This record gives sequence, C-alpha cells and structure tokens, in this order.
Amino acid sequence: MGIPGDEILSRVATGDGHGENTSYFDGWKAYDNDPFHPIHNPNGVIQMGLAENQLCLDLMRDWIRKNPQASICTKEGVSEFEAIANFQDYHGLPDFRKAIAKFMEKARGGRARFDPERIVMSGGATGAQETIAFCLANPGDAFLIPTPYYPAFDRDFRWRTGVQLLPIRCHSHDNFKITEAELAAAYRKARDSKIRVKGILITNPSNPLGTTMDRETLRTLVRFANEERIHLVCDEIFSGTVFDGPEYVSVAEILQEDPSTCDGDLIHIVYSLSKDLGVPGFRVGIIYSFNDAVVSCARRMSSFGLVSTQTQRLLASMLGDDDFTTDLLAESRRRLMHRHRTFTAGLEGVGIRCLQSNAGLFCWMSLKPLLKDATAEGEVELWRVIVNEVKLNISPGSSFHCTEPGWFRACFANMDEETMETALRRIRTFVRRANDAATAAKTKKRWDTSLRLSLPRRFEEMTVLTPRLMSPRSPLVQAAT
Amino acid sequence: MRVIVPLQAVVQGRGGLVLGSLIPCALFYFLQFYLRRNRPSSSSPPPPSSASGSNLPELASIPRSLSRGLLSPRGSFGPARLSSRGTAVVRDDDNPYYVGLKRCADDPYNRSINPQGFLLLGLAENRLSLDIIQDWLVKNWKESLLLDDEEEELSIQGLATYQPYDGSMDLKTAVAEFMGQVMQGSVSFNPSHVVLTAGATPAVETLGFCLADPGDAFLVPSPYYPGWDRDIKWRTGVELIPVPCRSTDNFSISIAALELAYNQVKKRGMKVRAVLVSNPSNPVGSLIDRETLCGLLDFVMEKNIHLISDEIFAGSTYGSDKFVSVAEVLDAESFDKSRVHIIYGLSKDLAVPGFRVGVIYSYNENVLAAASKLARFSSISAPTQRLLISMLSDRKFISEYLAVNRARLHDMHALFVDGLKQLGIKCASSSGGFYCWADMSMFIRPYSEKGELKLWDNLLNVAKVNVTPGSSCHCIEPGWFRCCFTTLTEKDVPTVMERIQKITKSN
Repeated sequence: MGIPGDEILSRVATGDGHGENTSYFDGWKAYDNDPFHPIHNPNGVIQMGLAENQLCLDLMRDWIRKNPQASICTKEGVSEFEAIANFQDYHGLPDFRKAIAKFMEKARGGRARFDPERIVMSGGATGAQETIAFCLANPGDAFLIPTPYYPAFDRDFRWRTGVQLLPIRCHSHDNFKITEAELAAAYRKARDSKIRVKGILITNPSNPLGTTMDRETLRTLVRFANEERIHLVCDEIFSGTVFDGPEYVSVAEILQEDPSTCDGDLIHIVYSLSKDLGVPGFRVGIIYSFNDAVVSCARRMSSFGLVSTQTQRLLASMLGDDDFTTDLLAESRRRLMHRHRTFTAGLEGVGIRCLQSNAGLFCWMSLKPLLKDATAEGEVELWRVIVNEVKLNISPGSSFHCTEPGWFRACFANMDEETMETALRRIRTFVRRANDAATAAKTKKRWDTSLRLSLPRRFEEMTVLTPRLMSPRSPLVQAAT
Repeated sequence: MRVIVPLQAVVQGRGGLVLGSLIPCALFYFLQFYLRRNRPSSSSPPPPSSASGSNLPELASIPRSLSRGLLSPRGSFGPARLSSRGTAVVRDDDNPYYVGLKRCADDPYNRSINPQGFLLLGLAENRLSLDIIQDWLVKNWKESLLLDDEEEELSIQGLATYQPYDGSMDLKTAVAEFMGQVMQGSVSFNPSHVVLTAGATPAVETLGFCLADPGDAFLVPSPYYPGWDRDIKWRTGVELIPVPCRSTDNFSISIAALELAYNQVKKRGMKVRAVLVSNPSNPVGSLIDRETLCGLLDFVMEKNIHLISDEIFAGSTYGSDKFVSVAEVLDAESFDKSRVHIIYGLSKDLAVPGFRVGVIYSYNENVLAAASKLARFSSISAPTQRLLISMLSDRKFISEYLAVNRARLHDMHALFVDGLKQLGIKCASSSGGFYCWADMSMFIRPYSEKGELKLWDNLLNVAKVNVTPGSSCHCIEPGWFRCCFTTLTEKDVPTVMERIQKITKSN
C-alpha cells in the first residue's frame, strides 16, 4: 500500500513552478551531456548561457594566499574557529555587514551611502528575490517587470510565493528602454483585470540587455511608485560590472538626491556577490531595504538562507581590504571591457549587431537576418540549430519573454580567451554557411523565395534520438501566463 | 418568510411584538458569532483576491511606526503596505522564546568578564566540545585550506563557481557516512537520498512546502520545539496541531492521542498531511522507543500521510537507553518507506550552527526531486562544503569526537540535574539533547500559563537566567521549563543554581 503517485505531495512539489521544463534549460541539458573542454572535448557545447564571472578569480586567489588569517582553516586563522562556528545570529557578523556596505558604496563610486544595519543576508540572490516577494506581496498579487527579463525570476519570485509577474513591454526601437506609456499601460491592464499590483521589479544593470538605466527613467519609476503607492525592487546584482559609460546610477542615489520626493519605504535593493566577485558558490545574497519593517521581516526570514559564518568572515576580511577592492573593481572592469569589445567586434565582423551595452557579463545580439520565419517558432528553430549544430549554448530571447523574435543573449565572461575565440570561429563559420545557403536559394528560381537553412542530416537524426530536447511548451506560452 | 412574518406582525401590532424583538436579537447574536468565528487571524492563509479588505485589521499595527512619515516635513505619504506574511512576523516579538534570547544577546554572562550577565539557558547550543574540533583543524589545516596548489580542480575556480544547489555529491557522501557513525553503525544512509540545505531550519520548511498545501495540517506531539511555529507555519501556510503528551508517562507519544487529534482536525475540515516528531525529543530529551516508532509507522500508513522525524540530536545522547532511528526500524521491518523523511543537521551533533548545514533524508523519489530543486533558495556555501568534506572524511577523528562529546554531555547533564534536584526541582527522564525538562510547577502561582510566565519573567529579569517556558513549547501542563546546560562549564553550575534559588525561595 504505497503512496499513490503525486497526490500525497503538495502543489508546489508537483507543479512546474521550478521552471526547468522550459527551453532555457534545454540548452543547459545539451551542455551537460556534451560539455566543451579545450583538450578532452574540443567539439563539445560551449556554455554561453551562464552569466558567470571568472575573469578575476586569479586576483582573489592571490589575495587569499597572501591573507591566510582570513580563513579559519589556516594556522593563522584557526584561533577564531570556535567563535565563528558557534555564531548563528541572523544579524550576521558586524564586520561582514560593514564590509558589504562599503563594497556596495565603492561599486557605485561613492555616490550612494549604505548603512550596515540595513544589510540582510539571504541564500544567494535567488533567496533574496524570493524573500522580498514574501515580504511585500500576497499570493495573487503582482509585480510589473520590464521585458526582456532574467528567466529565473519566474521561479525565484513566483514559485512558492504565489506572486505574479506581469510584463512592461520594451521595444528595440527604443533600445528596450522602459517608457512611461508602456509602464502606465501595464499598470492599467492589471487593474482592469482586477489584479493588485504591489510593485515594480527592475534589474539595473539589465539582464539580458547589459545596459544601465539612465537617471530620467529611474526617476520616472520612482515617481510612479510613489504616486501609486507601490514598491520598487531593484536588482543591482551587476552593479560592479559596469565597464563603460554612461556612469552607473543606483536607485539609492535617486532616493538620496531628493528624499522629499521619494518615500524610502517603497525602495528595496537586491544584491549578491555572485556576479561582481564571481563567487556564486559562496551563496551570498543581500537584501537592502530602506523600509524598517521590511528589514525586520527579511532579517527573520534570513534564517532560511543565512550565509555560512566561515564565508562571512572570509569576505569581511577581503572586502574590508580597501586597496584590494579598489584594484579588483578597476581590473575587473578593464578585463570585462576588453572581453566585451573583442566579442562584439568579432560578431560585427560577420554582420551580427549587438545592442550597445556598458555592463554585465553578456551581450544581447540580433540574429534576425538568420531567421527563417520572423516568429517565436522561427527563433526556437534557429536556436536549436545553434545549440546542436554550432554547439553553442546561447539563450533565445523568448526565454527572456522578449516580444521581438531574433534576439539572443551570449555570455562571454565564464570562459578564457581561447574558448571565446573558438566560439567566435564557430559563429563565423555558421553565419557564412547560412549566408551562402541563402544566396544559393535566391539564385535558384525553382525554389520558393523564403530563406531556408540547409540542415545537415545529422540534425534530423539528433532530434529523433534526443526527443527530450524538444521542449513540450513553446516559451511564448509561458510569456503570456 | 419566517423572519418577515413576525416583523410584519410587529408592524401591524398583532402580538408579534415578542417574536419581533426576539428575532432581531437572535439575528444580531448570530451575526456576532459568525463574525467572531471568521475573523482573519495571522496564522491562517490569506484569502485570494479580496486581500485588501481582510488585511486591514493586521495592517493597523504596522503604520504606527511608519506614521512618522505623515508628520515629517518630507511630506505626507500613506503607509507602505507589506504582505500579510510580512506583518504577521513583525508582531512575533512577544514570544518569550525570542524575547529571552534577545535580552541575553545584549548582556551575556561570562565568568571572568561579566559575571552579572544573563545566563543563556534558552538556546540549545553545544560549547562543550568545540575545542576538539579546533584541535583537529590545527593539525589538519593544510588539507582544509581554501586553496590547494597541487590540484587545480580544488582551486578557487572549483569552489567559487556554481555548484549543485542541493550540495556536492562528495559532501552528501560524507554527511551520509557521518549520520551512520552518529547512529553508531545501526543503520547506513545512502547519499543519493540526501538533500543538503543551509541549516535544519530551511530543511524543515522545504519539507513543509513539499508535503502540504496552505491550510493543511501537521500533527505534532507537544511539547515541541518553539522554532517550528515559525519555520514550518510562516511562509508555507501549514498549520501545526499540537497533540498533548503527559508528564504521567514522561511525555511519551500516544498513538491514541494522535488518532483523536486526527479525527478532530478532520471534523474541522482540514487535511492532515503528516505527523512531525523529534527524536531525541526537543524539549523533553527523551527517546522514542522502537514500539512507538512502529506504532507511528502503522498510523501514518493507515491514514496515508507522511512521517517526519527530526533526529538532529541523534549524536547527542548520553543516557543508558540506546537511540533508535526511524531508519533502523524501516530497515528491519517491512513498512512503506516512501512516506518517511528524516531531518538532520550538523548544528547540534557537530556543534557548528554557524556553518549552516541541514539535511533532508527521504526515501521518496518525488520528494527528493522537489526538495533538491527547492534547495536553490538555501544552499550550503562552497568553502564550508570543502571544509566539512575534509573533516567528516576523517572517520577516526569523528568517532573519537562523538565519544568524547557524549561523555561530556553525560557529565554536564548529571551535574545540572543534580543541582536542580537540590533545589527541589525534578526533571523528566531524558537521554539526549542539550537540555533538561524541569518541573517548576510547585513554584508558580497561579497554576496556569499566567503563573508560569510570571516565574519565567522573574527568572529572566530578576535572576537574569533565561530558560524556555513550557507554554512556548505548547506544553499542556503549566510549570515546565527547558533549561540548556551546554553553554556552561562545571564552575558555572553553582552560579546558575544560586540564581534560580533566589527566585524559588521567594515563591
């Protein structure tokens, strides 16, 4: 007499809220099955779908080597072990909070101040997003979010909280900027559907666009939030990756430049060290709210995702080293800029245009000319070719809820220079072949006039042999829900 | 019609006067009754779309602090509203369990530096054997370093990047082996049934999310660990139904009581999804015997529900009774394993609560699949994973540590219980945990929760001793207190007894 299937489990456990049945994750599965390695598997899939920053890990390694006392596992640091291992206060180590606040200020060029007493820990940015949603919204409530946006928000913000995400449409002709008209339209649409909007969720710098938000747009958002009495949650996880102008403006700056026009109780920042420092494995998520009640609530909820005190201590030491953090941020930016320029130049060489961006670990490129059909299905078809034939796991725009087909995000900071060159070589080959095929198709009048990519026989076989790569649901369906 | 006719009679003055006045009164009475029954409470899940109206009673407490905004020259803003989950927790501050902990944190006792400070007997933390672990680290620091020059894979590259959210297989293997050692070889654990989380707190919440929907219930023999009220109920919306145990049989679990509670809950229209027990028990410290474990397994099988066994103190036993894990019973008998889940962690047995390591051990593939995905919200930090893999792999050290730790726990327990006995305070019979469950009912006046909290308050504010009152643990008999002894040294015990005596003498 066993448990009959899924009836004995909850809806959370048996539903699709984890989002792993979408195409965004199909590419990851392809990579897991055939990961690229320069020596052992040079024809494997190159992972360009993971926004991870590996450019400055050598600097961190050197610092750790020079500062053994920062780790409780060394001769120099072990005397702290008992105190650290035993400490479970959810306020966190005071030095850790001070160091995080200082680092956040530095990443913003000192243009914003952060109070260590408002620093709240969480289980990575994933945990931070979920906690903020739990604090601010009830099941059924909604947050407005500009498209395109990071796919995992659908999971992190919605899964266990029951909160909805409703899109604010952004368009390429505006360089995907948020316009007041679209913001108002999204809000009105929600109200007309009797959905209660509790806030707006933005990512600045943007994922997947890699752009920083201009001051005017931020002010518009803050003003709108104030007028409608809704919250504004800003995910500033990429704030330390701004490698070029225009200068980065944090929402903290907007609030601090004129507190009389903005109610701080509505403004909340989510942060993490996973991108700026490249240490996602450390699981350091931060909630910084200007609302006392939210700080209090989030702090209690942080029991569900505290940062290990061993890690807190290490980071308190590392981020408390002023000279080191100054050098690290500067060097990281320099390396990112170089990587970005090389990659986008390489793409331009074969006629692939990227959205002009000044931050992030990726670029947002338009592959519209390569689409057979300028539709969501056409984009998915092209994407499958790129994953399975070109062997690059890039992310299709539809998985980011982008309303215009043909846009793709490619990450370039999670690999070394040689791998990036390999990736560029593969793209060049693919684009040239696609162009040749297109030209050939045009000259043959017997064939119909639409562009047709010549797919190798191998591809047909692969789709038969690996049916699980075919996602059961079109990502566009997900965008509408 | 029946209502209208008498009223009509009243209007027409035809003897319906009595009915005409009685019926509106009756209606008024029933309206009050209905409103009282359906008043939204903080623990029930919020109703769907009409959220704004029903939230107002709770929200009334929040704007008091935010109304500064209305008076400040910055301008008049209305209060920024939190969710009902958010407002519920802000009012949690009155719970004695948390109040006591906070007072102690501000002014903690230290024999040499602060002998007048608060004695923290309210937090189950073990400081008796951390020196052993520190010594191991001193001898083995090279191995557990963050960097390893010889192997590039173990460099920061390997550590810093994304890991499996539910813990690396190496750590799962090490933890499974540790659990086997903790249970003294009576059962072995399979690493692929392990999901690791950042502490037992998210582990138990994750199970709450997996096994029940909002509004469902878990049956929990009481007294139980106060933290569950927050950890399980808060964000999941699951109700915890205490099933009282009695001092007459040393607070042991009664299947008959569970049966009764199950039926009562069903009558209320709620669905029971699991029974949640702790073994060794927190706060009593007793062990669940094999017969009761079998009884529990029969019960959950019959009702088609789950059994969650929190065995976080399994390695911290010191009595003559041998600890029996539910895993051991499952191995030996032919019960359905797919409904049993074990909570574990390293915060107690390995005394490293700061490192945040919790375990969900389940035999159910679907639960494991769901829990491993949910673990992304609470993953263990990579450097800590690395350190623990190193430490737990030294089986000889672990074996010695567990033995010494048990001996120290035994000695401290004996000393403490004896000290209380001298004051005329008897403790429930216990074989595990960091605390004793003390009967101070003869010192409370009146014999009620109010009297108990008065004594608790005196102990905290006059004697500066923080203990956990039984009411925080949902104990049905007033006067019981949980006193932890593992933050003390031998020399501190007389001080504790002196301070307690100050209060008990005056009662």
